[in-house]
Amino acid sequence: MGRNKVALPGPGDVLRQMLPNGITVLARENFISPSVVIDGYLISGSEDDPAEREGLASFTVDVMERGTHQRPFEQLYEEVESVGAAFGFSTGVHITSFGAKGLAEQLPLLLEICNDVMRNPAFAPEQIEHARAELLSTLREQEFDTRTRAAHAFHELTYPIGHPYRRRVTGTPDTIAQLKEADLRAFHERNITPRGMVIAIVGAVKAQAALETVQNIFRDWEGDRPARPALPEVPALTERREQYVPLPEKTQTDLVLGWPGPSRRSPDFLACQLANTILGVFGMMGRLGEQVRSQNGLAYYVYSSLEGGAGPGPWQAIAGVHPLQVEKTVALILDEIRRLRDEAVPAMELEDSKSYLTGSLPLRLETNEGVAGTLTHIERYDLGLDYLQRYQERIRAISALDVQTAARRWLNPEAFALGISGPPQKLNP
Amino acid sequence: MNLLKTTLENGLTVVLRETHSAPVTSVWVWYRVGSRNEHLGITGISHWVEHMMFKGTERWPRQKLDQSIAREGGYLNAMTWYDFTAYFETLPSAKAYMALDIESDRMTNALFDPDEVAAERTVIISERQGNENDPTFLLDEELSGAAFRVHPYGHDTIGHLCDLQTMTREDLYTHYRSYYGPNNAILAAAGDFNAGEMLRMIESTFGRIAPRNTLPQVMAQEPPQKGERRVTVEGDAGVDYLAMAFHTPEATHPDIHALTVLSTVLAGGSGSLVGRGSLTNYTSRLYRAVVQSQLAADVSASLIPTVDPNLYRISATVLPEHSPAEVENAIRTEIDEIRRNPITAEELAKAKRQARALFAFSSESITNQAFWLGFSEIFADTSWFLRYLEKLEAVTAEDVLRVANTYMRPQNLTVGHYLSNYSEE
Repeated sequence: MGRNKVALPGPGDVLRQMLPNGITVLARENFISPSVVIDGYLISGSEDDPAEREGLASFTVDVMERGTHQRPFEQLYEEVESVGAAFGFSTGVHITSFGAKGLAEQLPLLLEICNDVMRNPAFAPEQIEHARAELLSTLREQEFDTRTRAAHAFHELTYPIGHPYRRRVTGTPDTIAQLKEADLRAFHERNITPRGMVIAIVGAVKAQAALETVQNIFRDWEGDRPARPALPEVPALTERREQYVPLPEKTQTDLVLGWPGPSRRSPDFLACQLANTILGVFGMMGRLGEQVRSQNGLAYYVYSSLEGGAGPGPWQAIAGVHPLQVEKTVALILDEIRRLRDEAVPAMELEDSKSYLTGSLPLRLETNEGVAGTLTHIERYDLGLDYLQRYQERIRAISALDVQTAARRWLNPEAFALGISGPPQKLNP
Repeated sequence: MNLLKTTLENGLTVVLRETHSAPVTSVWVWYRVGSRNEHLGITGISHWVEHMMFKGTERWPRQKLDQSIAREGGYLNAMTWYDFTAYFETLPSAKAYMALDIESDRMTNALFDPDEVAAERTVIISERQGNENDPTFLLDEELSGAAFRVHPYGHDTIGHLCDLQTMTREDLYTHYRSYYGPNNAILAAAGDFNAGEMLRMIESTFGRIAPRNTLPQVMAQEPPQKGERRVTVEGDAGVDYLAMAFHTPEATHPDIHALTVLSTVLAGGSGSLVGRGSLTNYTSRLYRAVVQSQLAADVSASLIPTVDPNLYRISATVLPEHSPAEVENAIRTEIDEIRRNPITAEELAKAKRQARALFAFSSESITNQAFWLGFSEIFADTSWFLRYLEKLEAVTAEDVLRVANTYMRPQNLTVGHYLSNYSEE
């Protein structure tokens, strides 16, 4: 009974242009509501952290957001909050994402704010100390959080020392305590440049006008950043590796079981995505949800997650269980991994998960944020502007054998990493 | 706003909004039952019933339920809170009938299979234990318990562990049969459909369900608080937390809009009634008083629209080297100030601008639109939502001063301190 065929974003309605300084602009109009969303990224991340300065990329951006030469902290946020808009930056391993949201007429203001934060941060000493105190408090909270500790343990077991996926994007209390103003300024000078930056604008603004606004604000920014070394190799896991982090007084245990997974550019990525959907996403969290939660009542939450970023990010099963049920849960997860490797997925189940992946596209693209995030994703991995149009066909082409092959290649039930954190007294009764 | 609102003969309230921004429809069924309708012994029962509703009926067995929606690329979920239990499906518009079929079926035909009840008991307890791992949950639970000594808002929706361990299948089924009926429900849908066609489908699926004869009423009224109350929770979170709560009126009370402005001035727009969560609050009074002054890592506030009077809560994460008492004192100084002098014209204008933006953001997704239509019917009616900005616009600085003095009195306050007893030794 749908009355309105809304096209998926694609070459027909997405404006894409690269500016001479290396910034790629994407714009798509949506006049349904009077708002606009900006979503983008810079080529700067924790992989650029010097060896002894873990957390520098992220901390530099934290302080950049705390005031510019023209706009000290209070003024910066007064300009944004007083009109009901918002902006923010977030550092990852490879990129620093940024975003903003407001009413359509605020687009120039929001772009100018992003520009100012990127190019003219003040690095005021009192703001550095402010950001440091808040970050140290957050890191301290994480030290006592079972989910975070289980995830950290998994990364330490999976990735070799010195690998950007092992080190913490946020840094550690020790490294953060030692970062100096000069470190931040040098990092900013070296790494925050327009080269490779992507910016997508979606909302109640004409695409051409959005492009011109970006041009006007960013065109005089020049600069290049140093090339990055290739990511170090991640050796395959060769045995079961387990690390348990006791946290007294907690009542539930969190566990993360997984492997280094495929990158987004891996030729079998979509087969892996389909395998992951079957394993721990489809319906109420796939086969894992059925076994661990529904059949055995072991966990409130259990699911699987495939990162699929620029490198060998994790492919994981994640659960929160009673401390007495850890071993049983691990055994059930491994049974499901074996089944995915040993048995072809029945035709009906395969079709269901394919339908889910393709059918959920319109829902994921329901909001401006959803469209903008998808456009930056497409740009980042060179998927082509017609990616969404071709997506259905590509998912349809995946066979049960492809899924089984992907599971056999990436998921080994004899050799995996297992991070666990929870109360000590009840483990292994 | 293009709304169709009607009541079927069996008492089902229907609110429909056509919106053709995407080929998607979101269908919600809201029941007027939540932790408000529980007493000691069966706390958490509404939430557990919500879980059992996913265990299937004869026609829609458990796996078919999850898988049929997912197969179409849709998603379904549910939520239980103070005043309601709500179920929704968001899916391609062409499949909207499936949502109506599922929801009308499980309004009366859920099985509550004893084996499924047994399996779900451990899942629910696991959910509670996951919450317990979060120190702010433990603090909020104590704070609510102290603030309410009569009204059921004093216990958390998840319920007490002892009740989760002892409730029976019969308790659950009785609760379900008492509250799940068309005359205790609201069907709200938004999306790419024709409202007339949608209404006919609703009549054909829900129209034949007989109403419940008698619906249990909640009689509890919290007596006025006569003096400050304090609780302390100790644990190993490594960090201290502060929470403060003032009794505030029900959502339909005329003071609620002035309280929203008050909260926005104190702690930013994200704590207001509509559109929470998406703005920073770095220029708010409490942020300046406790975060800028380096006593706390963050501060936030929340005002929740409910059927009965509830709490206005302020929360902060205390920085090491400082104590919850210091943060509390700084916040109390700000509260004294906002009770003494009217807010400025610019603060008032800014609060209204933030509310307008948040309101616009809240209507962007189709799922959110249907959420607000149904949610507002729970604690008031859709006109509450539709007139929200207009009511907010009418708030004056004098109104804010008055409500500050009415509600933010020490005698009306409950304070909670979470003290980390972790030591490095």
